[in-house]
Amino acid sequence: MSPIVKLLAQRIALSLLLLLLISVVIFAGTIVLPGDVAQSILGQSATPEALANLRAELGVNDPPVQRYFAWLFGAMQGDLGTALTSGQDIADALSNRLWNTLFLAFWAAMVAVPLAIFLGLLAVRFKDRWPDKLISAVTLASISIPEFLIGYVLMYFVAVKLQWAPSVAMINDSMSLLDKLNSIALPVAVLTLVVLAHMMRMTRAAILNVMQSAYIETAELKGLNAFQVIYRHAFPNAVAPIVNVVMLNLAYLVVGVVVIEVVFVYPGMGQYLVDHVSKRDVPVVQACGLIFAAVYIGLNMIADIVAILSNPRLRHPK
Amino acid sequence: MSDTLLKVRDLKIGATIFPPGEKPRDIEIVHGVSFDLAPGKVLGLIGESGAGKSTIGLASMAYGRGGVKITGGEVWVNGRDILKGGHKDIRRLRGAEVTYVSQSAAASFNPAKKIMDQVVEAAVEQKKFSRKDAEARARVLFAKLGLPDPDNIGDRYPHQVSGGQLQRCMTALALCPEPDLVVFDEPTTALDVTTQIDVLMAIKEAIRDTGVAALYITHDLAVVAQVSDDIMVLRMGNTVEYGNVDQIINDPQEEYTKALVSVRSIEHEEKAPTPDPVLSVRNVTARYKGTQFDVLKNVNVDLYPGQTLAVVGESGSGKSTLARVITGLLPPREGEIEFAGRKLSPDLKGRSREDLRELQMIYQMADVAMNPRQTVGTIIGRPLEFYFGMRGAEKKKRIIELLDEIELGEKFIDRYPAELSGGQKQRVCIARSLAAKPKMIICDEVTSALDPLVADGILKLLLDLQKIEDVAYLFITHDLATVRAISDNIAVMYQGQVQRYGGKSKVLSPPFDDYTDLLLSSVPEMRLGWLEEVIANRKMESAGN
Repeated sequence: MSPIVKLLAQRIALSLLLLLLISVVIFAGTIVLPGDVAQSILGQSATPEALANLRAELGVNDPPVQRYFAWLFGAMQGDLGTALTSGQDIADALSNRLWNTLFLAFWAAMVAVPLAIFLGLLAVRFKDRWPDKLISAVTLASISIPEFLIGYVLMYFVAVKLQWAPSVAMINDSMSLLDKLNSIALPVAVLTLVVLAHMMRMTRAAILNVMQSAYIETAELKGLNAFQVIYRHAFPNAVAPIVNVVMLNLAYLVVGVVVIEVVFVYPGMGQYLVDHVSKRDVPVVQACGLIFAAVYIGLNMIADIVAILSNPRLRHPK
Repeated sequence: MSDTLLKVRDLKIGATIFPPGEKPRDIEIVHGVSFDLAPGKVLGLIGESGAGKSTIGLASMAYGRGGVKITGGEVWVNGRDILKGGHKDIRRLRGAEVTYVSQSAAASFNPAKKIMDQVVEAAVEQKKFSRKDAEARARVLFAKLGLPDPDNIGDRYPHQVSGGQLQRCMTALALCPEPDLVVFDEPTTALDVTTQIDVLMAIKEAIRDTGVAALYITHDLAVVAQVSDDIMVLRMGNTVEYGNVDQIINDPQEEYTKALVSVRSIEHEEKAPTPDPVLSVRNVTARYKGTQFDVLKNVNVDLYPGQTLAVVGESGSGKSTLARVITGLLPPREGEIEFAGRKLSPDLKGRSREDLRELQMIYQMADVAMNPRQTVGTIIGRPLEFYFGMRGAEKKKRIIELLDEIELGEKFIDRYPAELSGGQKQRVCIARSLAAKPKMIICDEVTSALDPLVADGILKLLLDLQKIEDVAYLFITHDLATVRAISDNIAVMYQGQVQRYGGKSKVLSPPFDDYTDLLLSSVPEMRLGWLEEVIANRKMESAGN
C-alpha cells in the first residue's frame, strides 16, 4: 500500500474512533446532568406515583450501558429516538433544521473564506504598511466584539434604519433562493465578521512564514512581481495551515451559530437545541451533540486530509 | 554591447542590526568595492563568512537580503546603472540579464512545483522564449549538465532528485533565459567532495559553452582556482587583493591571501595503538525503525585512550548513525559496544549516570546545541552540578578554569550564546563536554560550519586539550584535510560499511581501494588545471550524482 493511502486510512479510522469516544462522553454527560425529565414534563405538582410511571415508560430506569448501546445502534441506523417532550421523531425534526443551519453556514463560508484569504494576501503584500495594519485592526475589532452585539447593531442600522435587509431571518421551503439569501443576509454578515479575523491572520502568518524560504528569494530573483511571488510560490506551500484554520472556522459556523440563530430567530439546529435543553429533553440534546461532534470531527478530518494531499513528498514519493 | 558587462564602482552596502539589549543601529558591511567583468569571463569572489561576498553578488542584481541596503556607489550592467532604475527596470534585469545560483538548491527550489515549471519560469515570464522553446532549451541544458534522463527529469519534483542533481538543475534554471551574467553563490559548498567535482566540471563546461559571464562566490580558494579568470579576495567588506587567478594562487601579495593559500598548519604525530581500547565497536549492524535496509553493516572499530579515531565518509555513508548507536540513541540489531572495559547497554535508558558522564558529545551546530536563554556560566556549570554535585564558589572556580582552558577567560561567564561568534560558541560546547571529565568525546562534524581559519583554531584547541585531559575523540567528518590534521586512526565508511581502517599513515598511503582513491582525489587542490586532471583519471563514478 502506498504511504499516502495508509496515512489517509489511518486518519479516517482515527476520526471514527474519536467520534465513538465522543458519543460515550455525550451520553455519560447527559446522564449525570441534574434535573428530571419526568418532573419537567409533569410539573411541580406531580405525584410520586405518576413520576415513577412516566420514568418507567421513558426507559430512564434501565442500566446506562444498555441504554447507551441501544442509543448508539439506533443512531448508526439514523434513528435518533423520539423527543420526550413532544413525542416527535428527532431525526425528522432535525433534518430540516440541520439543512437550514448548513445553508446559513455554507453562505457565510462562501463569503468569509475567499474574503479572508484575499485580505490575508493583501496584508502580506503590504506587510507593516497601512493596508496591513488597517486590515488587522478592523478584523481584530470585529472578533473582539460579542457577536450578539454586532448582530443587534447591524439589525438596528441596516434593517431598521436603512431597511436594506429583513431583521428576522425566517426562511421556509416555498421561498426562492434569492429570497432566502436576502433573508439571511444579516446573519451571514455577522458570522463573516466573527470568523474573518482568525482565517485572515492565519493566512497572513502562514504565508509570511513561507516568505522566509530560500525559494521565495529565487522567485524574486527571477524578476517576478510581488503578487506572482505570493500567489505562485508562497501560497501552494501555505495551504495546509490555512485549510486547517478554515476548517476550524467552518466547524464554528455550523456549531457555534446558536447565538446568532437565536438573535435572528433563524429556524436552525441551534435554536432547536436551546429550546430542548431548557425542557430537559435528553434524547434531543444527545442527538444535537452527536451531530455537532460529527461535523467538527469531519471538518477537521478534511483539513488533515488536505494537508496530507498538499504535501508533494507524500503525493509523489521517490 | 560595451566591453565591460558588469562594472562596479565604490559599492557601499549597509544593514540595520538589532543587538540584544540595545537600540537598532545601521552598520556598513561593504566599504567601497570596485571591479570589472568582461563578457564571458569569470570573476571569483573569495573570503570568509562576513566578508560581504554574497552581499556583493546579490547587489549585482540590485537585491539586498533581509535588511540589507545598497547605500552608495554604482553598479553598471550592460551600460546601465541598475541602482538608478525603478522597480520595473530591476525586475526586467533579474532573471533575464542576470541570474542566480544559490548554495542550497534543495532550499531554493519550491517543493510544491515541478522542476521544469521552475526552470523555465524566468525565461517565459521575461518573454525571452515561448514556453515550448524554453522547455526545449531546458532539456538541452539538462543534457549538457550531465543530468540523467534529460527529457523527463523536468517532470519530477525537487525532492525526487539527489542534491547534486538539483544543484545542476539550479544551474540550468540560471542559464535557461540566456543571461549575460550568472551569480554562482557557493554552488558546491553543500555537496559531498566526490559530487562537488562533477558539478564543478558541469558548471565550468556550461560557462564555456554558453559564453556567459559569471561571478563565482566561495570560501574555498582551491575551488575558485579551477573556474575563474580573475579572483578578488575580500575580508570584512574590503578588497584585500584583486588580480588574475595565476597571480593570486602562485604569487599572493597580501598576508591574508597567503594565509588562505597556505595549507593547514597543524602537524600531529600518529600514536601507536595501546593494548586496551577505550571503545570497541563489535560487529554492529543497525537499521532505523520502519525501514528495510541496514544503515550500518557489521562495523568493527576501536578507539584507544587519549587518541583520535576519524570516521570519514560522505552523506549517507552511515557515519552519524554510528554515533547514534554508540550514544545509545539507536540500539543496534546485532553486535555490541564495549566502553572502558565494560559492556554498554544498547539502549540509552539502560545506561548508568557514570556511562553518560564518561561519553560526551559535541555537535556540528553549536548554536542550536545551547539554550539561548542561559549564560555561558550556566551552560558549563550544569554538568558540574549534575555529575559532581558542585555548588557556589567551588563550581564557579571550576567554570573559570574551563573557560581558561578553552582560551576565552572569565569575562565570558555572563555572556549569552547570541553574543558569541561561531568559533567561540563551539569552544563553549567543548568546555561543557570537558566539564564532565569524560574518557571519550564524539565530535560530529564540529568544524564543518566554521570558516577555515577558525576551524583550524578549534582543531588546535582539541589537540591541546587531548594532551592535558587524556581524552579520546571519535571524530566524525567528511573533510579529509581535518582527518589528516588530527587523527591517529581512520575508518573510511562507504554505504554503511567500513571500507578501510587502520593507522593514519597506512590508510592514507597507496595502494588504495577504488572508493578511498575517489574520495582522496576529489579534495580540491590549490593548483590550476587540477579539475581536468582528476576527472580524466577517475576509476569510479561518485555516489551522489
